[in-house]
Amino acid sequence: MIEALFFYMFSAVMLGAGLMVVVSRNPVFSVLFLILAFFNAAGLFVLIGAEFIAMLLVVVYVGAVAVLFLFVVMMLDINFAEMRAGFQKYLPLGLVVGGILVFELVAAIYGDAFKGASLPAMPEISNTRALGNVLYTKYMYLFQVAGLILLVAMIGAISLTMRKRPGVRRQVIAEQNARSRAESVEVVEVPVGAAARTVHTVQPSKREG
Amino acid sequence: MDLITNSYVVELALTVGKIMLVVGPLLIAVAYLTLAERRVIGFMQLRKGPNVVGPFGMFQPFADALKLMVKETILPAGANKAVFILAPMLTFILALVAWAVIPFGEGLVIADINVGILYLFAISSLGVYGVIMAGWASNSKYAFLGALRSAAQMVSYEVSMGLVIINVLICVGSLNLSAIVEAQRDVWFALPLLPMFFVFFISTLAETNRAPFDLPEGESELVAGYFVEYSSMSFALFFLGEYANMILMSGMTTVLFLGGWLPPFDIWPLNIVPGPVWFILKVMLLLFVFLWVRATTPRYRYDQLMRLGWKIFLPFSLLWVVLTSGFLLYTGNLPAVMAG
Repeated sequence: MIEALFFYMFSAVMLGAGLMVVVSRNPVFSVLFLILAFFNAAGLFVLIGAEFIAMLLVVVYVGAVAVLFLFVVMMLDINFAEMRAGFQKYLPLGLVVGGILVFELVAAIYGDAFKGASLPAMPEISNTRALGNVLYTKYMYLFQVAGLILLVAMIGAISLTMRKRPGVRRQVIAEQNARSRAESVEVVEVPVGAAARTVHTVQPSKREG
Repeated sequence: MDLITNSYVVELALTVGKIMLVVGPLLIAVAYLTLAERRVIGFMQLRKGPNVVGPFGMFQPFADALKLMVKETILPAGANKAVFILAPMLTFILALVAWAVIPFGEGLVIADINVGILYLFAISSLGVYGVIMAGWASNSKYAFLGALRSAAQMVSYEVSMGLVIINVLICVGSLNLSAIVEAQRDVWFALPLLPMFFVFFISTLAETNRAPFDLPEGESELVAGYFVEYSSMSFALFFLGEYANMILMSGMTTVLFLGGWLPPFDIWPLNIVPGPVWFILKVMLLLFVFLWVRATTPRYRYDQLMRLGWKIFLPFSLLWVVLTSGFLLYTGNLPAVMAG
């Protein structure tokens, strides 16, 4: 009973938040509602006993990806009225895409794909272990390929942002650490009174000129 | 039906009672941590610190709380009101909910869940939202700059913290916090994983925005950073959240590296002391180091902070993951995966 209650609460808030992502005028609100939707999705995962996926959803999507979204969206200088202007123009296209997605969803639910495929019975081992067991044995190569794809994407992103600008003074810490006492400090034996004599040689009239 | 409702009600009441038992002392600890900070730093700087209100200044936190409560709550005209009010609440709530999985003693935990350490990691990675939302909603340049710094800083140090946690998990074979503590019965992980202990502690300093990584606040350049526009209780919530986070991070370090509730040696006078006492003593020791660091180190420059996180801690902790797992595999000590 309590579980059903929580299920309806999480799903209702998630659907509402999802709707608000689309309709809110301010993109920062959109991202905040997206985060709320992620959270409720995590709650749904906990309800079906998939606590590992739920935590990963929060750590990866809410804790890292959405932070970067928010980071970018907050710094954008957006004219909100201008953004709304294209609404009429894009509405038919949006409706078509949305309609196709709804059709696919309905076809999947009422079609053959889900026939007889109910939730598997709760296994004896925890789902962290169950995931690890298949991920590193049965799907080893797929897992490695996924990792490689991410690596390529990472290298691509870094190489896009790498700019070598000439004439920029940078701190090279290795160079600083490599300096020894001999080349950076010079001990000078100054005779007594020599400094005072040096000061006196500068004439006031010369300084003004 | 009556029986079911009753058992639910009883369970609910029990859980609420447990939560109160944790949150009440926690809030008092937060209040006295603010006093301890001022006193300890005072002594380190050869002055006395607040010592007038009550014996040894013991009532100072209450005087501060009263002062903050009677002050006026100011909403800046250009602020985004809903987010502005939500941000300090979020910071404070996140600092409290994480305590649900911290084990204070054998079985003394509100929720002994299988993925306890992941839950802690997830909650601590959300702390950045309070800061970002506050900085954005304030509609002020200083607050916004503080928020941007904080977002970059907290995301960066989370990566190395995650890798350090993986190091510990390889040695334990479970994500459950009680199991992590039990695995340290022979030796605390702070000894075999000493470099990781230091990396983790420094990362917690950065994660809680404490000196020498207090750039999001940076009072000498950003006035007070992300909470410059806050006053009264909304400011107090940020303040409480920051200190509760310090205690939480110390608790997390205690569980991961200092053997949680276990005594240092399993010998007679030490092992009759109850577990929670050991836990609290260890947390207090770590908190003292937090204050000590603040009194003795200057603030990092921003690019140095990023360099430390990404170019030093990240490769170093990744290397240790490889070394630890390789060593355990070679010596055949890789733990059998527990049920957790």
